[in-house]
Amino acid sequence: MSQQTPIRHPVYIAPACIDEQGRLSGFVHSFEMGSAVDGPGMRFVLFVSGCPLRCLYCHNPDTIKMHNGTLMTVDHVIGEMAEYASFLRFAGGITISGGEPLMQAHFIREIFYLAKHDLHLHTALDTQGFLAAQLEDEWFDDVDLVLLDIKHIDADKYQALTGHELQPTLDFARRLSDAGKAMWIRYVLVPGYTDAVEDVEKLAEFIATLNGVERVEVLPFHKLGEHKWEELGFKYQLKEVQPPGAELTARVVGQFRARGLYTC
Amino acid sequence: MNATVNDSVRQPWAQFCGGNWERCIDVRDFIQKNYTPYDGDDRFLASATPRTARLWERISALIAEERVKGVLDVSSDIGASILAHKPGYIDQDLELIVGLQTDAPLKRAIVPNGGLRMVEAGLQAYGFTLDESVRQAYQRYRKDHNQGVFDVYSPDILACRKSGIITGLPDAYGRGRIVGDYRRVALYGTDFLIADKRREKAELDDVVFSEEVLRTREELSEQIRALDELRQMAAAYGFDIARPATTAREAVQWTYFGYLAAIKEQNGAAMSIGRISTFLDIYIERDLREGTLDESSAQELIDDLVIKLRIVRFLRTPEYDMLFSGDPAWVTEAIGGMGEDGRTLVSKSSFRFLHSLYNLGPAPEPNLTVLWSSAMPRGFKDFCARVSNETSSIQYESDDLMRRQWGDDYAIACCVSAMRIGKQMQFFGARCNLAKTILYAINGGVDEKSGVTIAHGFEPVTSEYLDYDEVIEKFDRMMEWLASIYIKALNAIHFMHDKYHYERIEMALHDRDIYRTMACGIAGLSVAADSLAAIKYARVRVIRNEQGIATDFDIEGAYPAYGNNDDRADRIAVWLVETFMEKIRKHKTYRNSVPTQSVLTITSNVVYGKKTGNTPDGRRAGEPFAPGANAMNGRDTKGFIASGASVAKLPYHAALDGISWTATCTPDALGHTLSDRVNNLSNCIDVFCNANGFHVNVNVLSRDTLLDAMEHPEKYPQLTLRVSGYAVNFIKLTREQQLDVINRTFHLHF
Repeated sequence: MSQQTPIRHPVYIAPACIDEQGRLSGFVHSFEMGSAVDGPGMRFVLFVSGCPLRCLYCHNPDTIKMHNGTLMTVDHVIGEMAEYASFLRFAGGITISGGEPLMQAHFIREIFYLAKHDLHLHTALDTQGFLAAQLEDEWFDDVDLVLLDIKHIDADKYQALTGHELQPTLDFARRLSDAGKAMWIRYVLVPGYTDAVEDVEKLAEFIATLNGVERVEVLPFHKLGEHKWEELGFKYQLKEVQPPGAELTARVVGQFRARGLYTC
Repeated sequence: MNATVNDSVRQPWAQFCGGNWERCIDVRDFIQKNYTPYDGDDRFLASATPRTARLWERISALIAEERVKGVLDVSSDIGASILAHKPGYIDQDLELIVGLQTDAPLKRAIVPNGGLRMVEAGLQAYGFTLDESVRQAYQRYRKDHNQGVFDVYSPDILACRKSGIITGLPDAYGRGRIVGDYRRVALYGTDFLIADKRREKAELDDVVFSEEVLRTREELSEQIRALDELRQMAAAYGFDIARPATTAREAVQWTYFGYLAAIKEQNGAAMSIGRISTFLDIYIERDLREGTLDESSAQELIDDLVIKLRIVRFLRTPEYDMLFSGDPAWVTEAIGGMGEDGRTLVSKSSFRFLHSLYNLGPAPEPNLTVLWSSAMPRGFKDFCARVSNETSSIQYESDDLMRRQWGDDYAIACCVSAMRIGKQMQFFGARCNLAKTILYAINGGVDEKSGVTIAHGFEPVTSEYLDYDEVIEKFDRMMEWLASIYIKALNAIHFMHDKYHYERIEMALHDRDIYRTMACGIAGLSVAADSLAAIKYARVRVIRNEQGIATDFDIEGAYPAYGNNDDRADRIAVWLVETFMEKIRKHKTYRNSVPTQSVLTITSNVVYGKKTGNTPDGRRAGEPFAPGANAMNGRDTKGFIASGASVAKLPYHAALDGISWTATCTPDALGHTLSDRVNNLSNCIDVFCNANGFHVNVNVLSRDTLLDAMEHPEKYPQLTLRVSGYAVNFIKLTREQQLDVINRTFHLHF
């Protein structure tokens, strides 16, 4: 496994961003209407930019740098969602993904608040939880579901894979569990990186101790983001890695299921 | 009535709840009084019996052989009619439901009444020759529809036909799109039906013999004759259909006989079967209650009927195949929906029809059309969504929109055209090309491809940059001109069709006094809308050739495209639909038919594209249009929800013949698990219909599968997908059309 230099300096949540007219704003990569794989039902997904991790398999490396996004006001984003609110109330909800949404916690908290209280939508946060320790419990009041990405269960391998520590993510999972918050755990299956039997076993064991886990999603690694790395002038380190076969995926899914976890 | 029933057989209407239907022909009343709504799930369904599997195997082998040859065999010695051929079978010992179009399966008939020219071209294309006596009969003694039409066509119609601004006119073969109420044969038997037609005729004994009355009287006589031929045809198969059906098997058989007579005599582009599943369910339920039938044998009856509906064939020409690819017959069966009293019209047999896609594997025919209402039971909606996910063989149409307009006993003619069964017919009018009309407006009526003046008396745009108001003003006048030529052509076609190729048996299964529509249509809606949006919101510079004809356009800046739920572009599309409808409404139509229009292309979007030069939206000359009401390929960048929202804005009141949208997505775009995909798809269709969306073809396919099927067709004999308004065997499409399908927007999600 290739080694990355760990990032030494701590990562903080970005300060609230206010535009010239004094409106709360944030950096948005894009939004997509009608995703069916980012939470329950059909979702309006807001992809914000900026991420402290450097996951080797990242399929949206173009969202890593926050300032590469487009500056948008909260009202603008809510306006886009409102177009589809009657659909979303009925068929799904909204999901904020990224990048790492918590880097722009001020911005997205306001979006969650309005989506929940003005538009009456189901809300989901797709995060790896690294920054959650810096947020009060109340911050999560308007989040109905957390899609928690646990990239690896072994601290060293986690560090190698993402460039960061694992513990904050596990702490956040525990905190959500204690608070009784609904969670979906997402696990990207990368042959040679995250497929070791004992690692999966350890992760499944950990997840089984959590309350509120509604499902585990095993996401087969794919290379659809490879071209983006090249376009951005980064070196894609997983060039030789192939997506997992059906057999491997079934084995890993089976390991989670054996713990009584609803897994797909 | 006094049913002439054999004593050993029970009374055909025993145990049915009586009503108006017993006194006069009223199938709807019979259904309403007797059907059993079903709100459960699919767990009761039975799989294919070994008999069904064997029969399907037999016919599959022939279908494979046909695929290689193009046409398996043709009966080139006899002009088609109800009694032209002796009985034919796939395997008499195995078949529960019998009857073939000719004396052998997949052997096609010739229908010279529609047009001898087309027959000869079709025969020649597949290496057959027309029997000399048939040729002589039509050259010496009998005129056909095609000849009649060309006797009256005017030079301007011929010019429009040639340039391709009007295409696909049914002037050389059967017009189709007429849906007989085949259920009447089962419920009443032919004696009752003939008696009723005699009554209808007698009512016209003591009135002034105007042209209209005389025509009606002659038609009624033809209908009576056809009903008697239908009886004789059934008798040749050993059935007495003078009396009503007494069992479920007879009900299926009688209904099919009615339909069979129609497809023996007519080769219309679309030959829908109607809305028979819940009607037949009443008979099945009765037999199940009596214990004379079980679920497995009930499913067998439906599977057997479906096998028959899968092998309906007409002899076509290669030019026809370019327009409507994959050998379609549009054996459309409308399933589900809600009743006016709030009960669902979903029955167990609604499930059984869809289940044939599992028992026999996916197939394009019959064209299974679910009449969707968000009020339908969840169990049925989820089953439909599952079938779509697994077979891509269903289309959905909004029952809520159609019920408001047509009541709760309508069927779908062809793809999207609702018709009250037995009470309404349409004069099928193909479609004209709105994108090309914009080019005519810019070029003052000169065709951009040939350089010939098609529309006379118009001034071209001469400025370097297109001015929106000027283009709209000229385009408006050009639409006015087009509508006038178009209606002239349609009036000519339908006058002649009634005269030389009248649908005797289909009309015998209608009331005498029916509602007629003149079903016009438009193609190139998204190209036209985007072109106008480009002219309005970007700057479009005209590039002219040495004759001064605008042959290309340079777009400076970006413009909002139709298909992204952006009102700026979508309003233009709405305006186009409403405006062209207004133009059509101004004209006098044949038999006082009520003008309607559709936004539907089927696969003709490819041919329309070929016949149209560069357009101001940036589309290149020859590039296919989007099908139906779809956004142009790749321009609907916000996903299929936004795309559907744009389509849903097109007003049904201005397109009562239907608005077709085809949505193709990958399985992953609908969710991680099958249950997620089912749930999401079901919700999406609900929302689309609730937003007044009219029709959606749903494909759940991966691009890789299609690419592989192009290279290895033998691996995918039953790969089916929905194309604007119908379904096709993917491997039967031309390579060009396969590429068009693959290049169409796949809604992916990473």
